[in-house]
Amino acid sequence: MRSEEAGAKRVFSRPESFTDVPTHYCPGCGHGIIHRLMAQVIDELGMREKTVVIAPVGCAVLMYHYINTDGLEASHGRAPAVATGVKRVLPDRLVISYQGDGDLLAIGTAETIHTANRGENITVLFVNNAIYGMTGGQMAPTSLAGQKTKTSPYGRNPAEVGMPIRACELLNTLEAPVFIERCSVHDVPHILKAKRATKKAIENQVKGRGFSFVEYLSTCPTNWGMSSQAAADWVGSEMVSYYPLGNFRDR
Amino acid sequence: MAEALLMQGNEAISEAAIIAGCRYYFAYPITPQNEIAAYMARRMPEVGGTFLQAESEIASINMVLGAAAAGGRTMTSSSSPGISLKQEGLSYLAGTELPAVVVNMMRGGPGLGNISGAQGDYFQATKGGGHGDYRMIVLAPASVQELADLAVTAFDLSDQYRIVTMILGDGYLGQMSESLVLPKPSKKQFDKSSWILDGAAGREPRKIASLRLKPEDGVEQINLGLQRKYRKIEASEIRFECYHCKDAEVLLVAFGFAARICKAAVNELREAGVRAGLFRPITLWPFPYQELLQSAARMKKVLVVEMNAGQMLEDVRLALGDKVPIEFYGRMGAMLVEVEEIIKRIKKHEK
Repeated sequence: MRSEEAGAKRVFSRPESFTDVPTHYCPGCGHGIIHRLMAQVIDELGMREKTVVIAPVGCAVLMYHYINTDGLEASHGRAPAVATGVKRVLPDRLVISYQGDGDLLAIGTAETIHTANRGENITVLFVNNAIYGMTGGQMAPTSLAGQKTKTSPYGRNPAEVGMPIRACELLNTLEAPVFIERCSVHDVPHILKAKRATKKAIENQVKGRGFSFVEYLSTCPTNWGMSSQAAADWVGSEMVSYYPLGNFRDR
Repeated sequence: MAEALLMQGNEAISEAAIIAGCRYYFAYPITPQNEIAAYMARRMPEVGGTFLQAESEIASINMVLGAAAAGGRTMTSSSSPGISLKQEGLSYLAGTELPAVVVNMMRGGPGLGNISGAQGDYFQATKGGGHGDYRMIVLAPASVQELADLAVTAFDLSDQYRIVTMILGDGYLGQMSESLVLPKPSKKQFDKSSWILDGAAGREPRKIASLRLKPEDGVEQINLGLQRKYRKIEASEIRFECYHCKDAEVLLVAFGFAARICKAAVNELREAGVRAGLFRPITLWPFPYQELLQSAARMKKVLVVEMNAGQMLEDVRLALGDKVPIEFYGRMGAMLVEVEEIIKRIKKHEK
C-alpha cells in the first residue's frame, strides 16, 4: 500500500537500496533475505549514494540488479581483491564484497585470508549454504560430512575430501579483522540477530575501523532437494550444530 | 634541455608510469622485473599513491580491475609465468572495457623456464591468452628511453579506448641501464565521470559487468561493440619504425630487444656494402600489416628475427603472403640472437 491512510503508520517498507524488481532466486533461498538486510543497513546509514557492491560468481552473480547502488562484477573468488582496488581509490565509499561458499572458501581462499589479514577497510558478507547453487548442486567446501550433492552422491566423505571449513574460526586466527560473526537466516529471531551483525559490520567500515566479516548460514532448498521449511529446519539443526552461531570478534 | 639520466629499464618504466599519473600499482614479485615493485614501494607514498604487494598475480590483476572501475590510473607488472596467471583478469578487463596498463618483462619459457629476457609471449599478448574474443594494445619498446616514453603513451591509449595496454618488454630491457630523458606528462585529459563507479550520488546506479544472459541485449552485442572499437584502434594507432628501409634490398623484421641487435646488424651490413634495412613494429597489436607490406614489397628477401620459435613470423606472413621470400632466424629459452648469424644469413642470399 503506497499511500498512508489517515491514522495509519508505516512500519515496514522496501528499502530504497533494494531495487523493486523480481529476483531470480528460488523459493526459500536465503539470498533475498540477506540482500534485504544489507539494503536496509545501507539505507539506515545513509550510504546509498556512496556504495559500490561487488557481486561474486555464484547464485548472487546478478545481485547488482537487486541492490540500488553502483555494482561491479568480480571473477570467481576475486571479489575481495576487486573490492580492495575500488576501496584504495575511493576510501570514503562503502565497499561490500558479497560472496558464496565456493567463492570465498575454495577458489578465493587466498583473497579471503589476505584481504582480512591486511585489515582492508571493507565489509565481506559471506553466504554459506553448504552447496554450489548456480552450477546445480555440487559439493562446497562447507558441505557437511555425509551431505549428498551432485559431486558427493554417496555423501561427503571426510576421509577423502576433508571436513567442511569454518570461515569465522579461520579468520579469527588473524590479527587485523575487527568484526567476525556467524549468524543464520533460518527463522525470524535469527534474521533479526543477523540484521544487527550486518549493521555493525557495515558501520565499522563507514567509521574506518577495518575489516568486518559476517557469515550467514543460509538455505538452498532446490539443490538440497527439500521444501523451504525443511531447508530452514536443516539449517537450524544440522548446520548450526557444526557451525556455531555467535560473535567471534567485536573490537 | 631536460637532464639526461642513467636509469635501469625497470626503474625507468616505473618513474614514467608515475609521471603519466599512475597512482595505483598492484603486483606480486617475480624476476626479472622486481625492481618495478621496489621502485613503486618507495615512490608511491611520496606522490600520494598506492603501492600494494598482492598475495598473488591473480589478486593483483583483480585489484587493478577494481581500481580501474573506480576511476584510478592503475598498473600491474610481471613476467611471463605471472602474466599467464593474470590472463583471466585480462579477459574480464576486456569484457568490462576497463582501462589499465600491464607490463610484461618476458623471460624464458615455457613453464618456469629461466629468468633472462625472451620474446616467447608474443602469441599470448597479441592473440589473446585469456578466453573470449578480445584484444589488448601491445607496445614493444626497444630501449630504456622508449620504455619510459611508451609508458606515458600506454596510459593515454588505455583511457582513450577503455582498453588494457600491455607493454611487452623483456628481462634484458628491464635489467639494462641506459641514458634517457624522462618523458613529460601527457596533456590529454580523460573525463571518466560518465562510466566509473563512485557511488551513485545524484544519478542512477551503474553496473559494470561482462555477464549478459539475455540474447536480445547479450554478449554478442558486447562483442560487436568491442570489435568496432578494435577496428578504430587498428585504423588510428599503428606505430612502427623504419630503419634504412628506403633504399634497402633486404629487410630485417624484428621487435623489442631483438630489433636492437638487428640494428647493429644493419649497420655492419651497410658498412660491408649490403643495402639492409630494419622494419620494427612498435604496436604488435594492432600489427602494421599494410605498412610492412609497403616497406617490404620490393625486397629481395625478408628475414624475421625473434627471440622465440617464430611467433611474429606468422603476422609477417599474413602481411606479405608470397610476395617476398621470408626467412626466419630465432633463438629460444632466453638466448640472444647474434649479429654475426644475422649477417651470415643475409649474405648467404647475396651470393
